[in-house]
Formats: sequence, structure tokens, C-alpha cells
Amino acid sequence: MQVDEATVRRIARLARIRISDEEAQSLQGELSGILDWVAQLDDVDTVSVEPMTRVAAHALTMREDVITDGNIAGIVTANAPLSEDHFFVVPKVVE
Amino acid sequence: MSSSKSEAAAKPSNLISGDTGDWEVVIGLEVHAQVASNAKLFSGASTEYGAEPNSHVSLVDAAMPGMLPVINRECVAQAIRTGLGLNAQVNLKSIFDRKNYFYPDLPQGYQISQYKQPVVGEGKIEIDVDGEALTVGVERLHLEQDAGKSLHDQHPDYSYVDLNRSGVALMEIVSKPDMRSAKQAQAYVTKLRTILRYLGTCDGDMEKGNLRADVNVSVRKPGTELGTRCEIKNVNSIRFIGQAIEVEARRQIEIIEDGGKIDQETRLFDPARGETRSMRSKEEAHDYRYFPDPDLLPLELKQDYVDGLQQHLPELPDEKRSRFMKDFGLSAYDANVLVAERPSADYFEQVAQGRDGKLAANWVINELFGRLNKEGKDIAASPMSADQLGSIVDLISSNAISGKIAKDLFEIVWSEGGDPATIVEARGMKQVTDTGALEKAVDDIIAANPDKVEQAKAKPSMLGWFVGQVMKGTGGKANPAAVNEILKQKLGI
Amino acid sequence: MTDLTKLTLSQARDGLVAKKFSARELTDSFLTAIDKGNAALNAYVLPTPEHARAQADESDKRLKSGNARPLEGLPLGNKDLFCTNGIRTTACSKILGNFVPAYESTVGQNLWNAGGVMLGKLNNDEFAMGSSNETSAFGNVVSPWRRIGKNGKPSTDKLVPGGSSGGSSAAVAADLCLAATATDTGGSIRQPAALTGTVGIKPTYGRCSRWGIVAFASSLDQAGPITKTVRDAAMMLKVMAGHDAKDSTSVDMPVPDYEAVLGKGVKGLRVGVPNEYRVDGMSAEVQKLWDDGIAWLKAAGATIHDISLPHTKYALPAYYIVAPAEASSNLARYDGMRYGLRVNGSNLTETYEQTRAEGFGKEVRRRILIGTYVLSAGYYDAYYLKAQKVRTLIKRDFDDAWNTVDVMLTPTTPSPAFAAGEKSGDPLAMYLEDIFTVTVNMAGLPGISVPAGLSSQGTPLGLQLIGKPFDEETLFRTAQVIEDAAGRFAVPDRWWIKG
Repeated sequence: MQVDEATVRRIARLARIRISDEEAQSLQGELSGILDWVAQLDDVDTVSVEPMTRVAAHALTMREDVITDGNIAGIVTANAPLSEDHFFVVPKVVE
Repeated sequence: MSSSKSEAAAKPSNLISGDTGDWEVVIGLEVHAQVASNAKLFSGASTEYGAEPNSHVSLVDAAMPGMLPVINRECVAQAIRTGLGLNAQVNLKSIFDRKNYFYPDLPQGYQISQYKQPVVGEGKIEIDVDGEALTVGVERLHLEQDAGKSLHDQHPDYSYVDLNRSGVALMEIVSKPDMRSAKQAQAYVTKLRTILRYLGTCDGDMEKGNLRADVNVSVRKPGTELGTRCEIKNVNSIRFIGQAIEVEARRQIEIIEDGGKIDQETRLFDPARGETRSMRSKEEAHDYRYFPDPDLLPLELKQDYVDGLQQHLPELPDEKRSRFMKDFGLSAYDANVLVAERPSADYFEQVAQGRDGKLAANWVINELFGRLNKEGKDIAASPMSADQLGSIVDLISSNAISGKIAKDLFEIVWSEGGDPATIVEARGMKQVTDTGALEKAVDDIIAANPDKVEQAKAKPSMLGWFVGQVMKGTGGKANPAAVNEILKQKLGI
Repeated sequence: MTDLTKLTLSQARDGLVAKKFSARELTDSFLTAIDKGNAALNAYVLPTPEHARAQADESDKRLKSGNARPLEGLPLGNKDLFCTNGIRTTACSKILGNFVPAYESTVGQNLWNAGGVMLGKLNNDEFAMGSSNETSAFGNVVSPWRRIGKNGKPSTDKLVPGGSSGGSSAAVAADLCLAATATDTGGSIRQPAALTGTVGIKPTYGRCSRWGIVAFASSLDQAGPITKTVRDAAMMLKVMAGHDAKDSTSVDMPVPDYEAVLGKGVKGLRVGVPNEYRVDGMSAEVQKLWDDGIAWLKAAGATIHDISLPHTKYALPAYYIVAPAEASSNLARYDGMRYGLRVNGSNLTETYEQTRAEGFGKEVRRRILIGTYVLSAGYYDAYYLKAQKVRTLIKRDFDDAWNTVDVMLTPTTPSPAFAAGEKSGDPLAMYLEDIFTVTVNMAGLPGISVPAGLSSQGTPLGLQLIGKPFDEETLFRTAQVIEDAAGRFAVPDRWWIKG
């Protein structure tokens, strides 16, 4: 699978990671190499195989509908790069 | 999406005429309904509206490192109840997926939702538009997390993020593209809202955003293939849903008639300007990379559990309406009015129990609802209890008071309270049925108006004037039927 | 007094109970060792001496009053992937900056509730992505082991301690703690244990809570201990494991007393030797190690069975789809909005992109991009879905094999420890480090690595035992037989101690 530069840039954009021109070049090779290597999975016949959707074999744990958490706005925002009156302050979102 | 049934011919009244002929609008709705629950879908924080910023936020909701979701049992039950209420298939196995995108009010960088295997499959909703019945197909219902809220008007360079809503459970209810007019779409949302409120699975409060709709609109020439659709996001009132559909259909028709092409895109309805506009900025590179959430296991339900929820489902508006029509002899119109809200229906049923259903319906719809509307009150805040109104209905039925006096009595009970029967006794409001007394009153009127007597003999419709005079003379307490009889006799007509 | 840091966890426990020394003395010995030795090894990214002394003093009170808990007063290291209440936690990534959690991981809390003393936070590969501890934002961890050159003298090459739990393996091997927490997504407990002559167990998926541990790949991550001996691992896992209602994938099953099975031996135990692990290019010394292991178990009364796990070779490529895919989503929360690093750009998107470009290291960025790619529209079925189907087949191979055997024996790694820089230029060469360990994660099984010998260069090699789901007991008693036969492997020279 040859990954071209446009694809590398599109993926980086989706992942919100800035890449330099140089990185875009080297990543093409690295990603292509890894994808070529994982392509060996094509040799496995999986036509009638279900994908694994769980590792643990038990039933989904559930919680009761009870308020057990919250009222910790100070703690929630304590590590924020920028906050005010317990709001997270972030770069302007343009609608 | 495909239509649920073979295409019927388009109804002329639903068509929109353009320069090149008639157009048909095709509408599908994705309604987001906030699940009525105490705590959020995957955390123990409160869902209460209007709290201080980030106060109803747990470390899970803020997506702190290492935090994990644990599902709220009641939210699952509410989704199943809703599915059952929509006559839908409940899927005994469903999967929670992650929908990945970046946004400051989405702390995890993904929304936990259900993509390929939702908890509820196909169902249907019966609606009624101008007396015409229509079945709208429901494609699916799934559970998902709400996002937080960004405030953009606090600072020129920054947005302020409050995660109180982040993680609140939503049901996304997706209709089939079965609607052909704004009115039908409005009727669908109204009916869906009624069902949700009956079930108690969503409070339907559109002002708070607890029920909102994404509206998919396309247009086509009748009988042709579906056109390209646009999705109008987050419309938050039934009135706006109607307006948005109408202006969007118009916009699309104009583009096509001018030789243009519709771009499939997300749009926003601006009620102030009465237009929809593109949200292209959000459109960019949508690729949600859905995959099953590895922090959760598949949601597996037992049929017994679903059956148990079914057994405890309340009577829904359609069943209730049929029953009201059958048991109380109500018209379809009256029955519809009464079942629109469950508290109204319950109130009516209490008034009607063991009484004349039609009379009870008249009093509930015309007097009580009229009065509540005038004062902007909800039925729960009615100063008059169902027992009090029932007692008024009893007094009317037993001829103890006249209809006119009953209205006075309604006023007294509304503003002063008290037991209607006692009030009637204490204030001498009882209807006069004593023939002697009525005859005397009739004689007095006849004696005082010889000219009118002559006129009445020539023109029997004058009788009404005499009845009115007698009623006036008795302060409204005379039994009008008895007065009528005596007058006919005395005037020889 | 003898050097307390040389004790094993169980010896130290016995010494404390017998009042041969105090918890404070024990803790101080380790704090001194860290002071003198950590600069050379870089095993700890944040020693927490005051915290440790306070816990040790509390332990002394309990020891005095006879209320000792299972790990009372025993000094431990804690991998920096475990969130620690009030103590900086970074997953050794720049992107978490000076993040201070207001919560303690469930596994960590279990240890402190049992009387454990935390000496500090241990280095690891950034977000646990790596097999050599060369991707940490805090720099490489250096193994205390050194190769013996042809001249018979120790080489000055800096060997890697394995990864991602390289701080844990190095600290345990270098006596900078009695035992350490670790996590294993594709081999991150067992491979570093094998490369440092320590014991590491990755329990069955669901045995230990993942709550409060920075996530790498949710369907693969499990916590476990790295220790000096099999008994120590049994002591640690007993405390770390257990059901947690805060983790939907945590299993509600009683945790057995693992120490109680240690003497039981392997008589009659059916040991499987999977053919597919005899890979091309396996060194003769690793082959010999494996043969030794077989011989020891046979001598102890086990029966040996050749078995086949046909889809083994597909486990690693499938892993390098599943793990990056989950990671790409798990790491989306590090966006500079609510905590950690924020690098301001001229708008929101630039802020995201610059924050994540500067905050994540090269390997983490590479894996996020791979994961984003395999989940993206048009590729999901070909990669992620395919890999999850292959995973079903891998699990099925094991399920079939358990009909004929009770436990499996394999080497832990294809080769002994390598020097820093030897593999870091080639991601695929590095990924092959996990070739024997990764199947266990893909199938959710328990696996333990036990030191079993030394390479020709004098560096440790490990054998891996793979067990049935939730049958850690069989792993412990079998591992004990290997440890008894092979002996323990201590680092010959404490070259890293300064002053």
C-alpha cells in the first residue's frame, strides 16, 4: 500500500497533528512500510469469522441511576492551561 | 435511507409550485431527545439543567486521563421503553461505538454513540394532519452522549467551555424520509414528543434544548428519484421546524430551476432572517472513524427484561384516544385534544369517571383549558381539582343548576375554591323548577308586555325573548326547559 | 547492617514482621539508593521521598501495634502511567506537562491500602509505546545490566531495559525498589522483565482495573507487577487484582491467594510447546534456553506436548492495527484544552495541531497516524475489521489448544537486550521485539516471564508461560519450578551507584 503525500496530510489533519514538509515525506515511507507489512493479513481467510468485540467474557457492568459525582468544578479545571470562573477558556471557536 | 413503503402518488395539496411546475418536498427527521434520568449516561454526575459552570461534571465527563465509562442502567431502560412505545424492534445485542472528532466541547475527542448496531430498530408513528392519517416510519433509535456547551460571546478571542451537558444521555430517533410537507413534519415531532412525555423517557422541553431536531430536506418532481438532501441542524421549536422546511424547500427549488445543483451539506436555520445558511466550516473533512468502544462491552439484553418493561408501559396516546372515543363517546377531535398531554387526559378521566363523558369533555376542553390558557397556567397548576369540576358536572346533570349558573359557579370555584354543591346551596344558586313560581314569573312578563305577546303569536321564534326575560327575572335560576313549556302553553303556540 | 535493598519483597516483609528493621529504615535505604543511583539509570522520573517517609512512618505504627497489612511498609515504584493523587503524572509525555491528578488509580490505591510505600514515579516509553524505553520525554532508561565484552570486561554500551515498563524493570533489577507496577499492552511487562532478569506477569484481561491508568489500547492494556522473584509477583498481584465497578471490563471474580500455590509443583501438568514460536532467525542460545525450560518442567513431572497455534504469525501485524487504532482515539483527549500542554496557534485548529505536534514524540505521532489511517473512511473493513477477525482466530487457536494442555512455554523475547539506538531507527525491527508476547494480549490471556539464563554476553534471557483465562495460579506454580531450576540472576556489579 503506497501512501501518498496528500493522504499523509489528510490523515495528519484528521488527527490534528501538524507535520512539516520533511515529515510528510518521511512519513510516506514509514506508513507505507508498516501498511505493506500488515497486508500479510490478507492471506487469512476471515469470510465467516466474527470480529472480536470483547476480550472479557462477562456481561456489561452497569451503574444505578444515582448522582454520585460532580460539584468539583475547581478540581475539574485545576489543570487547565486557561480558565475563568470554572469555565475552560479555549481559542475562539468559529461557527 | 429508503422510503418505508411503496410510493403513493404525491398529494396535490402538498406540492409547491415553481416556475417549471410542481415540486414535492421529502423530509426525514433526526430527533435528539434527552433521556429523563438523574445521572449521566456513563458517569454519576447530575443531569440537572442550569447549574454553575462545570459543577455537574465528573472526572469521566472531563475526560481526565485513565477515566472510564460505566453505563447508567436507567438510561438503557428508558431507550427500550421508548422503542417499545414506538412499536419498534428492540435489539437484544447492541454495540457502543466511538465517533471521533475534535471540538472543545467534546472532551474525549470522541462521542460514545451507537453506529452499526443500535439498541432499537424499525418502528412507526401514526400522525394525523388535518384529519388525514399517515404512518411515518422510524428507522432506528440509539443512545449517545451529549456534548458540552461553548459560549462565544464572553471574550473577543476566546470561547468559554462548560461541560455540564457533556455526557448527558440522548436518544437519537431517526425517521424514514416519509414526510411530504412542513405540517407533516411538525405533526410527527409533536406526536413523538407526546409519546416521549407519556412514557416519561424525555420531558420534551424544547426551550431547554431537551428535544431538538436535525431536519433532512430534499425536493423532487413528483414521481421521480429522491433529490440531494441538506441537513438543517439543531432546530429547537416545532414552529421553526415548519419554517425551516419551507424556506429550505424554496431555496432548493430556486437553485434547481436556475439550472443549479444542490450540494449535500449541513445548514443552520436562522429564524431572525428566515433563512438557512451553510455550515461549511464544520463540514470540512468529516471522517468520524467509528469503531466499537473498547472500554465497553456489547450491551446484551434478556427478552424477559424487555418483556417486563413492556408490561409496565403506560397507556399511550393512540390507545387512550380510542378508548376515550369508545368509552365516553367522544369525537375524534375532542379525544385528540384531551390525550395530547397525559396530565390533561388523566384530569379528564377523573372528571368523566361515572359521569356523562361528553359533558365532562365539554367542560374540560372549553371552560377549564380555556381558562388555563388565558392565565398561562399548566394543568398541574390548575386551581380547580378534577373532583371540583366533576361536582359541577354532577350539579348540571342533575338539573340542580342551569348551564349559565354553572359558568358562574365555575368562576367562584376557580377564584375562591370550595365545594361546588355547598356553594350552590349557600348562595341560593339552585335552579328553580317549582312550576308555581315559574308560572308566576311567566304571568308577570306576559302581563307587562302585551305587544310582544301579539308579536309572538304571529312569530313563534319570539319565544326566546320571553324565555330570556324570565331567566333575567329569576336571576338565571329558572330551568329554561320548564320555562319554555309554560310559555308555549300560556301563549298558545 | 546488611544492605536492605538487596532483599526480595517477601524477605523484606518477613524482616519487618520480625522487627529486624523498621519500615522507615527500609524506605530510607531505598531513598538513598535512588539518590545515588538514579542519575545513571534514569529509572525514576519523579522520586517522592517525603510521601514515602510519611507512608513508612504510618506502616511502622501499624507494625508496632500488630495491624500489619499484606504489603505493610514495603517500598515500591509506580510506573508514570498510573495516576497518583496530588503527584505529577505524565505518561512520560510532554503533552501532559505538569498534570497533577486529583485521583489515584485503582491498582495504586489497592497497593497503598495494603500498606505499600510509594518511592516515586517510574520512567516508561511515552504513553507505553515502545519496547526499549527510548521514547520517554524524560530520556532513555539505562539497564543496570552490561554486556561482557570479548576481553571479559563489561562493555560501556548502554543497554536498554526493555519497554515500555523500562523504569520498572531497571529499578527492580538495580535494587531501587522492592517491586514495581507496570502495564502490558503488547509485552510491556514481560519483555522488560526478560531483558533485566526480573519476573513480570501480565494477568488475564479484566483481572486488574484499568481505572486511573493512562490508556494506550483499551482492549489490550493490563496492569501487573515486575518483581525480583515469582513469590514477590504472587504477593503483588494478589493485592493489585480485583473487581472494580468503575471499569466496565473488570471481572467480578474472587482473587485467589497466589502465594499458596507456589510449592505445588507441576507433576502431571500438561505443558504445550507451540511450533509456531520457532521463528526464523531465533538465536541458538534462545533455542537452548527454551530446551532447558522444557527439560526442567519434564524433570519436575510435567508432560510436554507439541501444539500448534496456526495464526501466531498474524498476531503482530493485527496488533499493529488494533493498538494504534485504539490509541489514536484514546489520545484524542490530549488536545490542550482542559489540561497539559497548550501551544497557541492563530486559531483553534492551529492550536490543536501545534499542541499535538509538539506534545507527542515521534513514535506516538507515528502510531496515532497509523491508527487514524486504518480507521478512516474506506479503510476500516480492510484493516481494523480484518484485524479484529484475525484476533478471533488467534483466540480460537488458544481455545482449541486448551483442550490438550494446561499451560504453554515459549521464550519471552527472540534475543537478549540490545543497546540504545540499535533498533530505534527502524520501527518494524522494534515492533518484532513483541513477537512472542503480543498473542497473549490479543487473546486476553495471562502470561508471565521468568528469568531462565544468561546470554553469551552475560545478559538475562526469559521464558514465558501462557495460561488459560484467570488461571494465574498455574502460571505461578510453574514459574516457581523454573525459578527453582534456573536460579536467580542478580546484576553482578552496582556500577551505577555514585558516591
